[in-house]
Amino acid sequence: MSQSVPSREVARRVFAAEYNDASYTFKESDDERAPLYLLLPTGERANRVFVVGTLTEKEDVGEDSEYWRGRIVDPTGTFFTYAGQYQPEAASALRELEPPAYVAVVGKPRTYETDDGSVNVSVRPESITTVGAATRDRWVAETAARTLDRIEAFDDEGNEYARMAREQYDLPVEEYRDAAVAALQSLDDADELEGEGEAPA
Amino acid sequence: MADLQTHAEEIHEQFSDHLDLTVEDVEERLASLVNEYSVPVDEARRSVVNSYLDEAGLERDEIGSGGAEQALVGDIDEDEQWVDLRVKVADLWDPNHDSIAQVGLLGDESGTIKFVSFSTSELEELEEGTSYALSNVVTDEYQGNYSVKLNRTTTITELDEEIEVGDDSDEVEGALVDIQSGSGLIKRCPEDDCTRVLQNGRCSEHGQVDGEFDLRIKAVLDDGDAVQEVIFNEEATAELTGIGLDEAKEMAQDALDTTVVGEEMADRIVGRYYRVRGPTLGRYVLADEFEELSGTDDTVDAESLLIRARSL
Repeated sequence: MSQSVPSREVARRVFAAEYNDASYTFKESDDERAPLYLLLPTGERANRVFVVGTLTEKEDVGEDSEYWRGRIVDPTGTFFTYAGQYQPEAASALRELEPPAYVAVVGKPRTYETDDGSVNVSVRPESITTVGAATRDRWVAETAARTLDRIEAFDDEGNEYARMAREQYDLPVEEYRDAAVAALQSLDDADELEGEGEAPA
Repeated sequence: MADLQTHAEEIHEQFSDHLDLTVEDVEERLASLVNEYSVPVDEARRSVVNSYLDEAGLERDEIGSGGAEQALVGDIDEDEQWVDLRVKVADLWDPNHDSIAQVGLLGDESGTIKFVSFSTSELEELEEGTSYALSNVVTDEYQGNYSVKLNRTTTITELDEEIEVGDDSDEVEGALVDIQSGSGLIKRCPEDDCTRVLQNGRCSEHGQVDGEFDLRIKAVLDDGDAVQEVIFNEEATAELTGIGLDEAKEMAQDALDTTVVGEEMADRIVGRYYRVRGPTLGRYVLADEFEELSGTDDTVDAESLLIRARSL
């Protein structure tokens, strides 16, 4: 890889339950433009995420200009996403969308410290698009797979992000395995009720 | 003299695993026989090979016959090997230098490989679509990519049978997380052999030109571990997005803006999962075939994931 062309950051797959437990952000170089990473509790750095879930609510919370907040629900919890004038495509997508709707969001983790000192995590969207139920099902299964990958590697020697997660969070990773199990079971249950998920057009 | 050196290289290759030789050593012995003792080249070669066989304590059949081994192009993974190939000429390109007689792609069941033949080798010309047995070609490596060089000692025999050219394409899958600038309805330079994409009506080579419309999508597939850039050409873009060239031109005319096409296309494909197959060209996989992935399947199977999770 050439140094002059920075490689694109991969979009991590993470359930809302784990994402919202994250709070620690860091850079890996002193360069002003160095990517900012959110440390996931299962031991991975995330500069970008890919989320598919149900947009359940949207609201323009801006004062002077439009600033849209969306709630996107997965089987384990809720992602919050905010889009304003600097994310014009995503803001216009949120303006147009009628909840409830399945949406796919590609975006960057953002953290915000509240007055009481706790840290809220949200997604600053690069894109928001509507997708079908079958895409959402695939995301749930894929995100479970990636979560299990991280949990399996958590005790590996030389897993520096796992070591960092132990230092920063000290959260039991079993919780995230349980969340993955619950998410996978929700797919199974839905299958039994409805048969195969419908394919998007 | 070029002949002697080529023979010397082949002999050196035959014995390089057995004896500590240099190509110069071999060439000197050959030259001595040929030039000082007027021995024909073939006989000189036999004699030199025999003496090295003695030195190495080997039988003739323990050494490759002509130094070259029958190979498949997909198995070539070492520089400066002498090989025999049975191939079809899959493609011929324009040589960009006088020293090159022919350049193109040779294919067999294992895939394709670039070949070069040099003007100085004075070989017969290969014809596109024709199958040949090529003996004594040399492998070459440049930045991890392998090619073969035809040379003066290469023999070319046209085959009656047709060699099947195999598929050496890559397969990638993931969520389509972004489409890059230069996607959607684009204009290309109309000059002969120039297909550059115009920027604001200008070609970087030919300046202001009247461009020709084309469809293209440059997309990023992301599987959560790695990203892969993918290009869809006009046909693939129309199939992927459901928007063909004529419709795209109408959309652009109505909006007085070509960017609406790319935006509409992005709306239809970003955030969905795809599997794409095709050859790799630089950073990109060219989408010859693709399919949308939805629901769960063998790659992400909820049942086996549950078993895996519960065993943790």
